[in-house]
Amino acid sequence: MADSQIHVALAGNPNCGKTTLFNLITGANGYVGNWPGVTVEKKEAKLLSDKNVTITDLPGIYSLSPYSPEEQCSRDYLMSGESDVVVQVVDATNLERNLYLALQVIETGLPVVVALNMADLVEKNGDKIDTDKLSKKLGCPVMMISALKNKGIKELFEQVKKSAASKGQVPEHKFDSSIEDVLDHIENNLPASVPANKRRYYAVKLFERDADACKLINLTKEKAARVEQLVAQCEQDCDDDAGSIITGERYGVIAHIIDECLTKAPAKMSTSEKIDRVVTNRILGLPIFVVIMFCVYYIAVSTLGGTVTDFTNDQLFGTDGWYVLGQGRDAYDAAVEAAGDNADSVDPAQYGPYVPGITTVVHDALVAGGTEDGGLVDSLVCDGIVGGLGAIFGFVPQMFLLFVMLSFLEDCGYMARVAFIMDRVFRRFGLSGKSFIPMLVSSGCGVPGVMATKTIENEKDRRMTVMTTTFIPCGAKLPIIALLMGSIIGDSSTTAAWISPLFYFLGVFAVIASGLMLKKTKLFAGRPTPFVMELPAYHFPAIRSWALHVWERCWAFIKKAGTIIFASTVVVWFLSNFGSYNGSFGFLPAMDGISEEFMDYSVLAMLGNLVAWIFAPLGFSTWQATALTVSGLVAKENVVATAGSLLSVADAGETDPSLWTAFAGMFPTMGACVAFGAFNLLCAPCFAAMGTIRNQMDSGKWTAIALGYECAFAWVIGLFINQFYNLLVLGQFGFWTVVAIVLLVAMLFQIFRPMPKHAWTDEDETNTASAAVSA
Amino acid sequence: MKTLGDVKVGESSTIVKLHGEGALRRHLMDLGLIKGTSFKVVKVAPLGDPVEINVRGYELSIRKEEAAVVEVQ
Repeated sequence: MADSQIHVALAGNPNCGKTTLFNLITGANGYVGNWPGVTVEKKEAKLLSDKNVTITDLPGIYSLSPYSPEEQCSRDYLMSGESDVVVQVVDATNLERNLYLALQVIETGLPVVVALNMADLVEKNGDKIDTDKLSKKLGCPVMMISALKNKGIKELFEQVKKSAASKGQVPEHKFDSSIEDVLDHIENNLPASVPANKRRYYAVKLFERDADACKLINLTKEKAARVEQLVAQCEQDCDDDAGSIITGERYGVIAHIIDECLTKAPAKMSTSEKIDRVVTNRILGLPIFVVIMFCVYYIAVSTLGGTVTDFTNDQLFGTDGWYVLGQGRDAYDAAVEAAGDNADSVDPAQYGPYVPGITTVVHDALVAGGTEDGGLVDSLVCDGIVGGLGAIFGFVPQMFLLFVMLSFLEDCGYMARVAFIMDRVFRRFGLSGKSFIPMLVSSGCGVPGVMATKTIENEKDRRMTVMTTTFIPCGAKLPIIALLMGSIIGDSSTTAAWISPLFYFLGVFAVIASGLMLKKTKLFAGRPTPFVMELPAYHFPAIRSWALHVWERCWAFIKKAGTIIFASTVVVWFLSNFGSYNGSFGFLPAMDGISEEFMDYSVLAMLGNLVAWIFAPLGFSTWQATALTVSGLVAKENVVATAGSLLSVADAGETDPSLWTAFAGMFPTMGACVAFGAFNLLCAPCFAAMGTIRNQMDSGKWTAIALGYECAFAWVIGLFINQFYNLLVLGQFGFWTVVAIVLLVAMLFQIFRPMPKHAWTDEDETNTASAAVSA
Repeated sequence: MKTLGDVKVGESSTIVKLHGEGALRRHLMDLGLIKGTSFKVVKVAPLGDPVEINVRGYELSIRKEEAAVVEVQ
């Protein structure tokens, strides 16, 4: 490491503005949310204004005690000696709790600069902080900054560079004299090799009996016994345990510091409290939440987003083309009507500034360039690539709007309240209030949805959320729903308005039923995990972080679309256009004497036939339906397009009646058709989401469990629908009817039986027992 | 034993002792819920649980089940 290189660690409480500061000074795209616990791993980047300075953003923590992975990670990093100086970010509007961590960081003996963030809010509240006095009390420099308003940052880093050159400080703050005596004794027992600025840290850790922190200190047996005796004696004197004594002392020191350094303006009701009075009101809380969510989806999916998506699908990417600002549209429509059967002969370019759809442009360019019309290349590029990508990018506007609104609600602090309101409900299903965000995001796209589970600290909760969150219909599943509705009812525009929510309910039901069943299994055994969460003050999000947040989520989707789905559309195109006919393998449409139904001979048909038996009990054993399911596993976006080509209704969308009829013809009964829909909506998500699940689970075993469970659950629900439809509507009874009934009883039993006793581990039992004794 | 979960909305009280053990107890302590800390129960969620308390100048959401380890006056 060169002398001029400086390593700076950013430490601080969750939600203190640390990541905002990190993004500001490094220009990095870190993710910021008004949600405690957003940074789970540490992030590293160079300072924008000086490339010799490396900044490491540590996870937001409340303490350096090793009870969570985040605390462990931060402490190990600080004690490793990798950083030359620590910038301790403190939310100046909440000095008391924030200083608790600051004291511990100062105790590590590293050079520390305390950055009092949110200086603008302190000023606005009319509070006054005496930074000089605070600096003296803490024994380290204290700077006022505002990361949001970019104030005091330059000065902060001038100070950071000065402090980095120093050797660190011996902490100034002192506990009660009786405790200090004990700490002094412990310090005297430390080996001489422990440097002066670290002696206090280890003395305190030995006092707390924090074995993990002291593993580097080799105390002789004799000295260790002496220390233990001192601590035990002190515990007896104070009638409290060592951990509580130290915590009490730290908060005591803080109370003293605050008395001297902080002048609070007379308390008045903050804006945050005023908002919360209404928003989390006992009676109004739930209705307000429902109204907000309804508005979000109404805007993103039904009105604005839907219009833009239709435009992208049909006009920009499709063959319709479009008029700039709609000029000439009316005249063109009138001309088409007048032409009647000869509508195709009407040239849209005559009626206004017309721009043809991308498919048309590419097709024309290819043909003009000498490519055979409808040949191999034309088919691959127009049907395979442009068609496939168009179907995907059509969702981007909807998803963008959805994420703009959801990210706003998250960044401003409302989502933490939603967790507060909804926790009671989610806990019943073995989830926590924090599971709600991933589910909402999944209604746009499962990839960022699964990614959003990273804010759930508890492993069990997180795994359960990852497993169930993709049951919520994502944007790509909506066309499947529309296609089903069209096929069953024969109209997607009016009835779909109330039918499609049914599929959302199916998704919600899947989440609830799964939660209730899974929490009673050995996999998720144990007591419900604690839910102790800070409710951050509301604030208008920084535009930059908000934009980054939206971008991060949209990008996850676009990246998926651009890579996996792009590749998969080409693969699906290949599978359905190539095959063997009359003994030769090749591009089917170009073969001599082949009929319109050339796909019957394709590789896809062979694959479909191979696995079709699995779906026989669900009522759809044709290779076409199976092939659709397979292409859905690659990407749900493929299903409608594949259905169009399989059923030889080329260029048809989910709103095309000719496709509805052909689609319905694929299934023997309506029950089978609905079963097909249910299976495709609930089974393992697309390749991209599966990859994200693999990343989040960080375990092959858990990924397999998650995907296996989703598929099995989807299959069982599909079986129920088909068999009970056959039984109740058609009066058919058979072997699979019995299986369905048995499975239904088993499922109801697992849902409604009480929490089994054995599900609590022995450790929990002893905890409960000892808690009962101490009570 | 009266616990934090028993305090009515709008009432204030002081912590007498923190029971329980392990990560939850440590976490509550680190958040400043220790002997002698006064707090106020601000509200209860629409479905009756969890409760929101104001402690050391910030708002904390805690389930009644977990609040049961906090003994209050």
